[in-house]
Amino acid sequence: MSGFPILSLMILVPLVAAIACLIADAPTARRVALVATLIDFALGVALWANYDIGGAQWQFTERAHLFAGFDWALGIDGIALMLIMLSVFLMPICIGASWLSIEKRVGEYMAAFLLMEALMIGVFAAQDLYLFYIFFEAGLIPMYLIIGVWGGAERIYASYKFFLYTLLGSVLMLIAMLWMANEAGTTSIPVLMAYDFAPGAQKWLWLAFFASFAVKMPMWPVHTWLPDAHVQAPTAGSVILAGVLLKMGGYGFIRFSLPMFPQASAQFAWLVFALSMIAVVYTSLVALVQHDMKKLIAYSSVAHMAIVTVGLFAFNVQGLEGAMIVMLSHGLVSGALFLSVGVIYDRLHTREIHRYGGLAINMPKYSLFFMLFTMASVGLPGTSGFIGELLSLLGIFQLSSWVAAVCTTGIILGAAYMLFLYARVIYGVQKNADAAAMPDLDTREWLMMVPIALGVLWMGVYPESFLAPMRADIAALDARLAQARPVGDSRLAAAKPATAAPLAPPAEAR
Amino acid sequence: MNPILFIVFLPLLAAIVGGLGNRMLGNVAVKTLTTGALFASCALSWPVFIGFLSGTLHAGVTPVLHWVQSGTLSFDWALRVDPLTAVMLVVITTVSALVHLYSWGYMDEDPDQPRFFAYLSLFTFAMLMLVTADNLVQMFFGWEGVGLASYLLIGFWFRKPSANAAAIKAFVVNRVGDLGFMLGIFGTYLVFHTVSIPEILAAAPAMAGTTIGFLGGRFDTMTVLCVLLFIGAMGKSAQLGLHTWLPDAMEGPTPVSALIHAATMVTAGVFMVCRLSPMFVTSPQAMQFVTFIGAATCFFAATVGTTQWDIKRVIAYSTCSQLGYMFFAAGVGAFGSAMFHLFTHAFFKALLFLGAGSVIHAMHHEQDMRFYGNLRKEIPLTFWAMLAGTLAITGVGIVDVFGFAGFYSKDSILEAAYARGTELSQFAFVIGIIAALLTSFYSWRLMFLTFWGKPRWAGSEHIQHAVHGAADHADAEDAGHDHALGDVHADGTAGYRPHESPLSMLIPLGVLSLGAVLAGFVFHTAFTDPEHGAAFWQGSVFFDEKLMHAAHQVPFLVKWAPFAVMLTGLGIAYGAYIRNPRFPAAFVAQFGAVYQFLYNKWYFDELYNAIFVRPAFWLGRQFWKLGDIGFIDRFGPNGAAWVVAQGSTYAKRVQSGYLYSYALVMLVGLVGAISWVLAR
Repeated sequence: MSGFPILSLMILVPLVAAIACLIADAPTARRVALVATLIDFALGVALWANYDIGGAQWQFTERAHLFAGFDWALGIDGIALMLIMLSVFLMPICIGASWLSIEKRVGEYMAAFLLMEALMIGVFAAQDLYLFYIFFEAGLIPMYLIIGVWGGAERIYASYKFFLYTLLGSVLMLIAMLWMANEAGTTSIPVLMAYDFAPGAQKWLWLAFFASFAVKMPMWPVHTWLPDAHVQAPTAGSVILAGVLLKMGGYGFIRFSLPMFPQASAQFAWLVFALSMIAVVYTSLVALVQHDMKKLIAYSSVAHMAIVTVGLFAFNVQGLEGAMIVMLSHGLVSGALFLSVGVIYDRLHTREIHRYGGLAINMPKYSLFFMLFTMASVGLPGTSGFIGELLSLLGIFQLSSWVAAVCTTGIILGAAYMLFLYARVIYGVQKNADAAAMPDLDTREWLMMVPIALGVLWMGVYPESFLAPMRADIAALDARLAQARPVGDSRLAAAKPATAAPLAPPAEAR
Repeated sequence: MNPILFIVFLPLLAAIVGGLGNRMLGNVAVKTLTTGALFASCALSWPVFIGFLSGTLHAGVTPVLHWVQSGTLSFDWALRVDPLTAVMLVVITTVSALVHLYSWGYMDEDPDQPRFFAYLSLFTFAMLMLVTADNLVQMFFGWEGVGLASYLLIGFWFRKPSANAAAIKAFVVNRVGDLGFMLGIFGTYLVFHTVSIPEILAAAPAMAGTTIGFLGGRFDTMTVLCVLLFIGAMGKSAQLGLHTWLPDAMEGPTPVSALIHAATMVTAGVFMVCRLSPMFVTSPQAMQFVTFIGAATCFFAATVGTTQWDIKRVIAYSTCSQLGYMFFAAGVGAFGSAMFHLFTHAFFKALLFLGAGSVIHAMHHEQDMRFYGNLRKEIPLTFWAMLAGTLAITGVGIVDVFGFAGFYSKDSILEAAYARGTELSQFAFVIGIIAALLTSFYSWRLMFLTFWGKPRWAGSEHIQHAVHGAADHADAEDAGHDHALGDVHADGTAGYRPHESPLSMLIPLGVLSLGAVLAGFVFHTAFTDPEHGAAFWQGSVFFDEKLMHAAHQVPFLVKWAPFAVMLTGLGIAYGAYIRNPRFPAAFVAQFGAVYQFLYNKWYFDELYNAIFVRPAFWLGRQFWKLGDIGFIDRFGPNGAAWVVAQGSTYAKRVQSGYLYSYALVMLVGLVGAISWVLAR
């Protein structure tokens, strides 16, 4: 398939469909959107199938000069491939989730989602700095509209908060990009990834990018837009927000911050660790006391994303691969959890936990899927969540036992808030008559749940399928980071401290 | 095809088909499928065990699927079979198959039977994955898998709030242990660059004496790793500090208690320590830690067991205590004895639980022993089975002649602890003797309260309910206890006739009774004999021949001490519950504080609620209301919005529309600009 512009096609298909949706009536718009997203998924599968593992670092490259040093340059490595797969996989499910629940302005809604898909693929495929920036920032607009127009009661506040937070970070990033393009004389991301910026400059560039990615991630304390955005967004909006948009922060770290500014990354690793450690404990405890299901899952997302950041800044292969798997897994699992909330929200129009109870009796199929996704979120071995957490935390342990120990407490707290949620919604007696009367999953909902469930188990039992395409890229990044790798605090010493005190490093890592 | 594949994956297949098929297949189909799979698995397991007993089989690994490859970290799904695994295989599949069969009778009236049987089979699969693990991560897979199954089965009656709370508690407390296990895995990889168990065990001795930085301190490498891994074992095996979930786990159906919370899952921690025994022996400190925790748990749980009224809770604390024996056996280096006690305990404890289930079944779900009595004559077969279990757990036997199962394994542990000869092992020995006394007391107390004396059934709401039917349940509840005094039948029976359990429940009791009587006598040579033991284990556990030799040559008094305390315990129980039934009440009146302390399980639950659970919720609320809303949002986005709003108010005022004010501003600006240029 060499030479065929498959990536451009993947961006073009949803764009064309978006325009079609704008002029079509509601039922047609739904069908157009579903077909377009399925076509994109099929193209994604073709992309994966034709991706040459162990081949060139950048594959399916396209380049067209547009104007003034601005290139339409696309191309993917294994990391981008996996994130594109995640996007095109979740998209048809999102359309399915919106099939009945969206009744007003259906055409515009579908158009917004399709635009979103095009931009997401663009973000992961862009090889030009400015092109990336445009995709990255433009992605805000459809999401802003989705929350602001089709959201819940306080959608205006939520959408404004979302926009304000994410835009603020981006301004700094743009300035940094302009400086970089000027300094290095190129806007090509692959070239920049190998460019050695002066350590002094790296510091400022790193911070500028960090401002943007930390908000997207989101990291503590710039996370407060996420619970509000999730609560107000329609179900599919939450799925795509948690599933893909949050991953752009992690992707940013792995594509820009780490390879372009390795010294600065090592220098600021403590900052990332501190914020991540706080995030794991803090947001997990906050999740424990939530009354709103979506808010609970939103807070749990912040905790999971903190595992991603510690993995990324572990400066070793396991940490990086673990972070990637956590991102992919979280994309599936949190997406599925928001879908699960959406299923019962569609029936009872409330997200209040106490309004449910005893669903195991009238919704056994639903309960089974919810249990699986709960367990995946908790990180049960055999599900995708475990592989990511294991690798990520194992990676960070080699750098700092403190960070690993604090972040691993997430497995305790995560179990507490997820099982507490599950028990209150699914178990117990049917105390609410309206909740007890809800029917079980219908075919449409079943068709949305099954693929995600299979994905979660696949990634848990045989993650090799997902690790293999990324292996060479992670190894290359690891090699690039080797120059700046901090020393771990374990410092294995050969003999007893009493006899070998001079051999042991004088300063104990504290 | 290798039989181990069938042994492990048949239960999984049955669980998936039965669980997903559920109502579509119907009760009988699912029950037949799962039970059949388990009996097949069991039938395939015994030849493996016998093969190792006779020495014809040798350890091997069957690869299944590549799992993870990340940098130098690589591990597979693989099934390891060696003597240690073989012991666990027969324990798991035998007890599981019998519990499946037993559940046909016990769960007969339950509306969710397919779900129950699917969970049981899923549990068995996870447990088998745990014991066949060739690397630490697969062991963790099984570890968490059994945790999941345990969670699902404790909360099986999900309408009961207490069952849900107990299920969550079990999972979360286990996760505290898992934190240690995971850090142990990370540390092991850091030190050995592998998670493969054989490779770790081979490299462990070379690492003895090295030091490592951990949490800012500097410690002996092997001690850190072993203690971390052991914290995982403490969670799963309900050792002191992380034991609080086990008594609550009795909320689950009784067959579950027998399978998971007595015979198999809770012994996973002991199995882990034995599996990693070559690693543990490289760290004397870690071994001491294991000994101490084991002995402390052994004593603690036995004391609490003497005061409980719920028949299942007595047996639960007894399990906790017996696990303590296994751990201190491991701690003093007698891994063969630890595994032997695990093996015999699985039979007699499963028997006691299933027997208790049969009693509960007969007594219409009444679990309070205060409302039992005289059941010996009503349910004689259950009585004989429970008697066999009691004789086994209290360790009845004559040295060098014959004994029940627990006699051999417990004596072997106590002798080894004595023979080890360190201060701590002597302490463990003394604790073990005291605990043996308590074990005998609470076991016989249970027997006397349940099977002897006069019927006290009339006081039970469950029995009243059964007698009067559901129609006038409310009356029975009101009249409950008064009714007992003025019982029309005047014999304490309230006119209730307990009935013996069906055959599906009695057959497992019979088979397990056989095990409780014979398991010790038949297998003690293979497990603990200095010469035969070494040959049997083939190095799969660290087998200290010298210690086992020494254990055989302990003084006469040491050999007979367990027997003496067993008789003492029996005597006290007889005196307090048969001869002079008013004695316990008098004791409580005299020593109320002691009794309350024991009855309330040393106040662990209250303590943990006060220092962990409530603060966690309080902190969560503070972080949310004060941190997120009160601080971050207030000074972040809302603050920014406020600044913009205020700013625009001021800006509005500036735009007054008067020409002179604009002129003034222009003038000030001009002057300012000129003076700046000039001053430069």
